Amino acid sequence: MTNEPDASNEILLEMRGIRIDGYSDEQWHPIIKGVDLTLRRGEIMGLIGESGAGKSTLGKAAMGYTQPGCKLTGGSIMFDGIDLAKASDREKRKLWGTRIAYVAQSAAASFNPAHRLIDQTVESSTRRGIRPDAESRADAVELFRALQLPDPETIGSRYPHQVSGGQLQRVMTAMAMSPRPDLIIFDEPTTALDVTTQVEVLAAMRNIVEEFNTAAIYITHDLAVVAQMADFIQVLRYGEEVEQAPTRQMLTKPEMPYTKSLWSVRALEKPEVKGEDIVLSIDHVDAAYGPLKVLHDVSISLPRGRTVAVVGESGSGKSTTARVMTGLLPPLTGTIMFNGEPLPPALKDRSKDQLQRIQMIYQMADTAMNPRQTVETIIGRPLEFYLGLTGKAREERVIELLKMIELDGSFLDRLPSELSGGQKQRICIARALAAKPDIIICDEVTSALDQIVQEGILKLLLRLQKEFNITYLFITHDIATVKAISDEIVVMFEGKVVEQGLKSEILSPPFPEYTQLLLSSVPEMDPDWLTNLLAARSA
Amino acid sequence: MANNALTASCSVRNFKKIDGTRPSVKQGNARLNAVLATILKRLGLGLATLFVVSGIIFSSISMLPGDFSEAVLGQAATQETVAAFRKELGLDKSAPVRYFEWVGSVLQGDLGTSFSGRNASGQDRSRQVSDLVMPRLWNTLFLAGVTALIAVPLALFLGLTAALYRNTAYDRIVNALTLTTISTPEFFVAYILILFLASLWPVFPSLANIDATTDLGERLYRVALPALTLTLVIVAHMMRMTRAAIINLLASPYIEMARLKGASQSEIILKHALPNAWSPIATVIAFNLAYLVVGVVVVEVVFVYPGIGQLMVDAVTSRDIPVVQACALIFAATYILLNLTADIIGIVTNPRLLHPR
Amino acid sequence: MSEQPETYTAAAEVGAVRKRRTRLERAGLLLKSAPPSAWFGMIVVTLYILVAIFADVLAPYGEAEIHPAAFAPWSDEFFFGTDQIGRDVLTRLIYGARNTMGIALATTFLSFLIGGGLGLAAAINRSWLDQALSRFVDVLMAIPSLIFALMLLSIFGSTITSLILIIAVLDSTRVFRLTRAVAVNVAVMDYVEAAKLRGEGLSWIMRREILPNIMPPLVAEFGLRFCFVFLTIAALSFLGVGIQPPTADWGSMVRANASLIQFAKYDMTAAITPLLPAAAIALLTVAVNFIVDWFLQKTSGLRDDK
Repeated sequence: MTNEPDASNEILLEMRGIRIDGYSDEQWHPIIKGVDLTLRRGEIMGLIGESGAGKSTLGKAAMGYTQPGCKLTGGSIMFDGIDLAKASDREKRKLWGTRIAYVAQSAAASFNPAHRLIDQTVESSTRRGIRPDAESRADAVELFRALQLPDPETIGSRYPHQVSGGQLQRVMTAMAMSPRPDLIIFDEPTTALDVTTQVEVLAAMRNIVEEFNTAAIYITHDLAVVAQMADFIQVLRYGEEVEQAPTRQMLTKPEMPYTKSLWSVRALEKPEVKGEDIVLSIDHVDAAYGPLKVLHDVSISLPRGRTVAVVGESGSGKSTTARVMTGLLPPLTGTIMFNGEPLPPALKDRSKDQLQRIQMIYQMADTAMNPRQTVETIIGRPLEFYLGLTGKAREERVIELLKMIELDGSFLDRLPSELSGGQKQRICIARALAAKPDIIICDEVTSALDQIVQEGILKLLLRLQKEFNITYLFITHDIATVKAISDEIVVMFEGKVVEQGLKSEILSPPFPEYTQLLLSSVPEMDPDWLTNLLAARSA
Repeated sequence: MANNALTASCSVRNFKKIDGTRPSVKQGNARLNAVLATILKRLGLGLATLFVVSGIIFSSISMLPGDFSEAVLGQAATQETVAAFRKELGLDKSAPVRYFEWVGSVLQGDLGTSFSGRNASGQDRSRQVSDLVMPRLWNTLFLAGVTALIAVPLALFLGLTAALYRNTAYDRIVNALTLTTISTPEFFVAYILILFLASLWPVFPSLANIDATTDLGERLYRVALPALTLTLVIVAHMMRMTRAAIINLLASPYIEMARLKGASQSEIILKHALPNAWSPIATVIAFNLAYLVVGVVVVEVVFVYPGIGQLMVDAVTSRDIPVVQACALIFAATYILLNLTADIIGIVTNPRLLHPR
Repeated sequence: MSEQPETYTAAAEVGAVRKRRTRLERAGLLLKSAPPSAWFGMIVVTLYILVAIFADVLAPYGEAEIHPAAFAPWSDEFFFGTDQIGRDVLTRLIYGARNTMGIALATTFLSFLIGGGLGLAAAINRSWLDQALSRFVDVLMAIPSLIFALMLLSIFGSTITSLILIIAVLDSTRVFRLTRAVAVNVAVMDYVEAAKLRGEGLSWIMRREILPNIMPPLVAEFGLRFCFVFLTIAALSFLGVGIQPPTADWGSMVRANASLIQFAKYDMTAAITPLLPAAAIALLTVAVNFIVDWFLQKTSGLRDDK
């Protein structure tokens, strides 16, 4: 999958000077500002960029399609001799679903709930008479088998809500492949999946695209994922091309500073320090949402001034653990100790002082700040509430805090909607810091942010830890982040602690079975990673 | 991006990890059971609501001011007449006992005796409420039926086309017109129609007085204006709701997917949107038929149409409580029944219930 | 390549910074962007309010003043003629603006006070209170509100107080549902959880965290509920069980003069007379709807239901 682009192949798709405008706030804004893109038969191209880079819009434009609220304002899209920019809807419909296919991010929402999977899989092939319907159905079963779906013979007779997300994503790949298209657009197909599921889906997609020598555009924000899939990579930023190069070259010798910065978080690594003084611990905690028990006998202790990272997939109970610590979800059994004294299990029984010492930062800074409050109110409220600061003293302290997070007094009267993603998360950090806490619980605080911003936030958190001797409980599913920030690691699976200990112990063999699966499933920035992994697993 | 919301925020529904095979045996049975169970549950809820509603309607009679007997019978009523009247109302018994007696007789079709037609001397020329209500109920159902026959297909057509051609001149005009109609009181529409179609150009009669002997053709001719008024009002409401429901549906990702699979506009509508549209459309129709039942009151008064709505208004004016109760019960039952029907249609067309995991 | 800085600083990150403006400037800008339909709506509503406030000054005669000539034609003396017992129609129209709008407004306020307050409480409490209120509202809403109002009016009689109370209580069910729904959406936000974790009391969370964020839909709903209440009261008055004479009111004016429509062929102005109050009702509700439409588009995108 990592062949150098072969210039001898016939050009399949050639986009020149593509410009697309989007409509918002009652005016048109440019989303894509003149991008070129060339794809030859059988090639797989990776289109990467951060949120808002316009990669998805460009991917759909490769089909000659623009979403409602967007319009193509310039450029040509030559697909096998047809200019899709000028083609009529009728002409485009003939190509869509037969010669160009699309695989969407959210499979669950993109399948029609009213029809069986097999009917949706063969729909395009049958409509255009690619082959008789019965043959298409038999072929679909073979595709299901090739994509390693369970029960390939019968899975097609199910309805979308009857199968899991990872399976649906593979069925959608089969649906795209059924008419044997020349080109498939994969629009972040694995983004919504857990890492262990992602590996299976990636492998299945790669095999089938290789088998039929189909050209593909693979859109993602995850460099490690694209490294496994693509022959060459194009990097987009703010609707413009930054750099384009064959995959290996892009990974080893990126040229542009922006591309280099995309790698940077992987380089950040904190030397671990063992902690002795336990500031907070939970012992033998069981917790449940109503009748659904989600934590089983969980014990975790946080040493002062250190970072404990809790890793696991969705549903592993890592966020629930945080809710138990904060008192939002009182445990069924078990105790919480804070500075050597028992902490009341329920939020309402805790004293103001106890509340002040445990602060929380959320994943989505957008929803963690009241959109109607200014930065001054957001940071100032804990100052007023816990420390009794008002008026001038409060304002001065807010500015001081803003400087600590590398912002300044000019932000005082801004609303959250007037901040960038990274700035929002910084304000949330300042709000937590304002309370002068012992512990800050960080729930996936960097996972909604772009790579480069992530690095800034992680560095800031590390610096603040050093300065104020703060303890972090860092919840994440991203191993790179764990390496960058933690001293100790707790691995969770299905509400239980699988393993815990110092970073160096956890991240070096021998691994328990689940840790092994989890760690090995995290894509690495090595084009051969997936191939090697699959070889190792099948061995 | 969205994925992070999925992985992190710890919500209960993300918990079951679902991969691997699922048993597909006994699916047919399970399907039937799930649908049946949901329908039965909904029916039970409907019955319970009706029960509580009847309780509320019944208890209204207990809220009557104390001097009511005198108001009905006149100042000159003797002690005995008042006592007899109170006994007839059952005011000497406890409220729960009276309630169950009332429910029992309603179930047998006995709606009680009207207040009117009594006087102070104890003479009683009052009529059975059911005798008053029944013929008028048929008249109202006739009017509502005629209206529904015109309005429902028309509104669905307009709503569907407005949704398909949204943001075109057609959509804007239809939208502005319907918004205006919705904002207009029914009686305004009615009088405008009378002004033009009965007064200036006498095409239809302005009074819709019919009785049991009127034949069908004549009936249709006489209810033309009331039916037209109701149609205008209902179509406006219904068209807007249909349009909204269809637009909502067309915004689903699976519709975009169908488009990107090369489906034509008609295929998208018929094959991809329609199977998922029954439930919202049924809700829209039921809501508007229920609205129609209420709208009937004003229109019947304008056109002096001998229906149950006019009966109720007259009874309210003369404070003839048993008649008011009977009418309210009938209106409420119709309303509950319509919503129940819509919900059941929603249940039997929901693929998630038809094909349980 | 774009002009983005190559070294990373947090403060230089691009956020969509809005220009700082005073409330007045913002209001001015908002008005400038208003479409013609919204302008029309605002002008009509302002006129109505002015007429209602200055009814005493504007009306040529007293509200219930009876002149010898019943059903007098339009003239200089009686601009729109007189009604069935000789009251000046123009005067009644002007006072009707005050009475009908005033009563509808009072009812809507009361309905928001009841429904909004309970809805907020239910959204935050989410336990037995929420359950009990929601079930109760479900039952109340199972009876068509006009029918329910008719029934209650037959029991309590048609005084203005009972009219306001009955309709406000019945209408508050819808306000309750909406408030509860939007408040529940806000109450699950992380910033509300953050406030709870900080140890804030219920009153702070309600006033400072939730209420400011549910205002736009509530304001829009206020407009729509006002229209609905206004139409309901007009319908009840038209039916003769709403606002009672001699208080001037548009609904009952239509009913009282309706018979004049038959004379359209002989005297068009007479036929139009009963339509005037009906048109006055329609004009106001159309105007309010236009404003609400625009407001909703401004605050939350599309409004497509009802």
